[in-house]
Formats: sequence, structure tokens, C-alpha cells
Amino acid sequence: MKAKIVIIGAGISGAGIAYNLANKGMKDIVVFDASYLTSGATGRCGAGIRQQWSSKMNCILAKKSVDFFETAQEVLEYPRSVEFKQEGYLIVATTKEEDLQFTENVKLQQSLGIPARKCTKEEALEIVPHLNKDAFISATFCPTDGHLNPFTMTEAYYLAAKRMGVKFFFNEEVTEIVVNNNKIEKVITNKRTVETAMVVNAAGGHSKEVGDMAGIDIPVYSENHEILVTEPVEKIQGPMVISFSLNIYCQQVPHGSFIMGRSTADQVRGHDVGSTHEFLDEMAKTAVHILPPLGDLRVVRQWGGSYNNSPDRQPIISDCSELPGFYLACGFSGHGFMFAPMTGLLLSEMIMGEKTSIDIKELHIDRFKNSDFTTYERNVV
Amino acid sequence: MSKKDTIICRCEDVTLEDVEAIMNEGYTSFEEIKRILRVGMGPCQGNTCGQLLQREISKFLKVPLNEVETHKVRPLITGVKLKSIVEATKDES
Repeated sequence: MKAKIVIIGAGISGAGIAYNLANKGMKDIVVFDASYLTSGATGRCGAGIRQQWSSKMNCILAKKSVDFFETAQEVLEYPRSVEFKQEGYLIVATTKEEDLQFTENVKLQQSLGIPARKCTKEEALEIVPHLNKDAFISATFCPTDGHLNPFTMTEAYYLAAKRMGVKFFFNEEVTEIVVNNNKIEKVITNKRTVETAMVVNAAGGHSKEVGDMAGIDIPVYSENHEILVTEPVEKIQGPMVISFSLNIYCQQVPHGSFIMGRSTADQVRGHDVGSTHEFLDEMAKTAVHILPPLGDLRVVRQWGGSYNNSPDRQPIISDCSELPGFYLACGFSGHGFMFAPMTGLLLSEMIMGEKTSIDIKELHIDRFKNSDFTTYERNVV
Repeated sequence: MSKKDTIICRCEDVTLEDVEAIMNEGYTSFEEIKRILRVGMGPCQGNTCGQLLQREISKFLKVPLNEVETHKVRPLITGVKLKSIVEATKDES
């Protein structure tokens, strides 16, 4: 089998890249996924879409991605609903430092056209009345942030790409990338060999291992982030409520259930995506502290998923100076779902040899060579 | 009985008609169908629909029942209120 390009990973990034390439007229695109659609990090994520970041690049990626999500249902001609609900993210500050940082963040976000604003405690309580008023000092709110269904959004890209001729192979694992004289020659899976000169690494939690197959050392690692969901109830909360200092994000999805997650301190690096009772305890304590009425909700299920972390918690959307034809979409540090439209657009432009829509030099993998990165994204749960 | 009125997943109101339609779209594993139709995501955690859907997949693919993978079982076994979990952590310390 021959292919113009092989994309490894059919999560939101891989499916989005495939769609964008096909949309630009590329033929013979092949996508491999080791498991089923949205089996990896995409299908395990918290379904949040946020534009309130501390780094300029993340703000731009997020805003332009939201612009696409607003039209995704129609543009991709998707028969089901992607459930894009723009009722905002309310980010609460609990310390003086956070309050000051958020003031800076909002200035940056507004300068980039993101409609975020600083809120007093009273204003925040009007937006989410069941917040514990003693648990925070101020907040920021962006009304165009919100919720998006990871399963259907990914399927929307997948079906659109498939209609344009992209070939997807699920439950098929790439085992080897054959490189000779600094050129990609083949991709070998557990079922077939594909001749190709171009490979996109969109393997999410496994992108480091895929990099190793091509002899490219990617400075990312994976760690488990746990999450839980409650029984569905009538709508009581519009926005996602999030706090970096308390370590929580929590939203009520359109279906009615609450989804909430937090990171685990000193998490062991690796591919474990299991569930722990320690997470359940800490999550319950944090949620009931900041949103007391949620104490009456029953937890239905918990699970885990991989964050693929980069050293500066910003994505790697990049080609490789050491290996022509090898492209990277990894290191999203927990935010690959919400950046996917830009990931797909930017990588497809790069691959087609076009000028990229925005300057993404600072997302290049070479930034880590000389520790040449200056911004670090602080706003990560 | 009409397929439209035959409930496969009572937590999420998924009917036999829904299940057959999604299998005809090419999704023929429990995990794939779960992610689109929400079957098995409700409070019963797939205890009711699990075997029913397994049987429908088996019939659709014409493979023996024991070759159809069941859904991933995740904690909790039964719904527990968040505040009960908080109370329990206090007893431990």
C-alpha cells in the first residue's frame, strides 16, 4: 500500500489534521489508530473549551479554535450534534497572587479580542449563585468559553474526512517507521506496510514512543489525570467553574451530569489511566467546598486519561529539522481537544508548504533545544 | 413489539432502533456505541444494557456471544453522594 501521508492517531488532532489536509485537496491520506475512535485522551477529556490563558500563543490558538467550533456543525455537515454550549468559564481566584495574575491575564486576553472580564465576588455569585462565597476572592469570566462533546466533535471531523477520501484504519497499531538516509520510507503496522514519505505524529499519550520510532526525541511525557461524572440533574450551572489554586474544574454538561477533574500531586509518569479512591476523596472535598450543593449529587463513574505534557505546557505543532516529512502535533498538556481546529489548520498549511495563518515559530520543537522558550503556561489544572 | 419501543438502555433511553441504526453506520463495539449513544453511561453502569447490547452486536456481526467484548467496568459500583464521600474521609483521619 502507498500513501501520500500517514497520520498516527485518530483522536481530535489526527482527525482534524486529516480533515484539513483533505480539504486542501491532498489525496491518499491514511490514518491509523491503535484502538477505536476517541479511545484515547480525546474521549477521556473534560469537554471544556476555554480561551482564558496566560500565554499569548495559547490565547490565540484557543480563540481561533472557538471561531471554528461555532461553525463546525454546518461546515462539517455533521448529522448529530457537537453540543457546543457557550455559557462561559468562570475562573475563581483564591489568593492575592492569583487575583493579580488574573488581572494581567484579562488584559492580555482582551487585547487579543477575547471577551473575558474581571469579576468581583458579587458579580461572580450572580453568574454562579451556588458558589461558596467564602471560597474565593475574585474571578474572571469569558462568556464565549464553554462545552463541546469530544465524541461527536471528533466523529464530525472523522466523517467529513472520510467523505473526502481519507482512509481510516482502527485497531491497527503502528509498530515501526522505516527511515533511510534521513528520509521516511515506510510505516509498518501490525497488519500492513505502507510506503510513504510523510508521517504526522498525533499519537497523544503515546507521541513520545512514536517519535522514538522515527529517531526523534520529543521532550514530552504522559501522566494520568483523573475525572468523574455524576448522575444527570436539572440544569443549575451554566459555566465551567475552575480554580488553579484549589485544583478543580467542574461543569454541568448539556446532558445534565456534572463532570469534574483535578490533577494529582507528584503523579507518576506513564501510560496508566486507572482510577483511584484518593482522587475520589480529594475531588469530593474540593467540589463540595467550592460548590456546596453538589454534595447531594451521586457520583456515577470515574476514569482517567493522559495529559501529554511539554516542558512549557504549550503544544508542539512543528516539522522536524532532523527528519524532513516528520510532523508533530503533541505535548498539548491537557488541551489538545480545545486547540484542535488550529492544530489541524496550521499543520496542514505547513505540510502543504503554505504560509501558516499565524507565526508558530514558538511552537516548534527546536524551542526546547537551547531551553529557548520564554513563556510558561501557568493556567493549567 | 416495535423496535422503536424496545428499550435497550433504560438509563439513557436508548432503543433497539437506535442501536441497529448505529451498527449500520459501522460502529459495532460496545465502547464505540457507548460514546455516541451514551448506552451504558447511566447510573446502572451498563448492568442492564450490557448483556442486551452484547447480544444485539453478536446477532448483527453473526459471531458467537462470547466473542463480543463487554464494556469497560469502571468504579463506582453504585452511585454515592459527593458529601457522603467527604464525610467518609473525615472518619478516616
